[in-house]
Amino acid sequence: MKALYFAWVRERVGRAEEEISPPPEVGTVGELIDWLKSRDETYAHAFENAAVIRAAIDKAHARHDAAIAGAREIAFFPPMTGG
Amino acid sequence: MTPTLRIQSTPFDPAHEAALIENGRRDIGAIVSFTGLCRDEDATLAALELEHYAGMAEAEMARVAEEALTRWPLQALTIIHRHGRILPGERIVLVIAAARHRGEAFAAAEFLMDYLKTRAPFWKKEHRADGSVGDWVEAKAKDDAAAERWG
Repeated sequence: MKALYFAWVRERVGRAEEEISPPPEVGTVGELIDWLKSRDETYAHAFENAAVIRAAIDKAHARHDAAIAGAREIAFFPPMTGG
Repeated sequence: MTPTLRIQSTPFDPAHEAALIENGRRDIGAIVSFTGLCRDEDATLAALELEHYAGMAEAEMARVAEEALTRWPLQALTIIHRHGRILPGERIVLVIAAARHRGEAFAAAEFLMDYLKTRAPFWKKEHRADGSVGDWVEAKAKDDAAAERWG
């Protein structure tokens, strides 16, 4: 699946997007965040305060307990500040 | 009624957008327009850089508009949100709601702004007047509270 990063999450990860292949036991957005954090210190830093990270699955807001099965695109970003 | 929804990097003209709504109509009783501007933060800000999630931003704007249309009998609706580099004094966002009565138009415009601020994927980064890159603007709890009061 494709992972997208925005705003300071993008800056901390160091890229705007990438292909990721989490193992099958990673079933939810929250578990995906934990798996990303386990990859290396860069992701651990970007996602250190996981509670503030928002996510979207296929361009729709998704809670951390949302299932990621079948997702093509998962985005991670801080709370929105438009308007 | 099909709302006018746009996300663009270029400036927009609120008066022109309102005129497009009024033009030739005899049934509209109230037009409420909200324009959000880029503040200079007591002259410390050189610009705001608005990042957005292309595709999702359009989808969320459409969802927010649809939600407003289920709550109020609007006769016209325009939402425009800019992205990219925006200078102090420039306009960032425009919401225009037209209805038969002012109460509906006021409420819809306020609802739309509350929902846009908390659901549309835009983020603001500050560029300071001293040339340094500033912080990402932090989301405010009062914006979440404002959105939650609509239930």
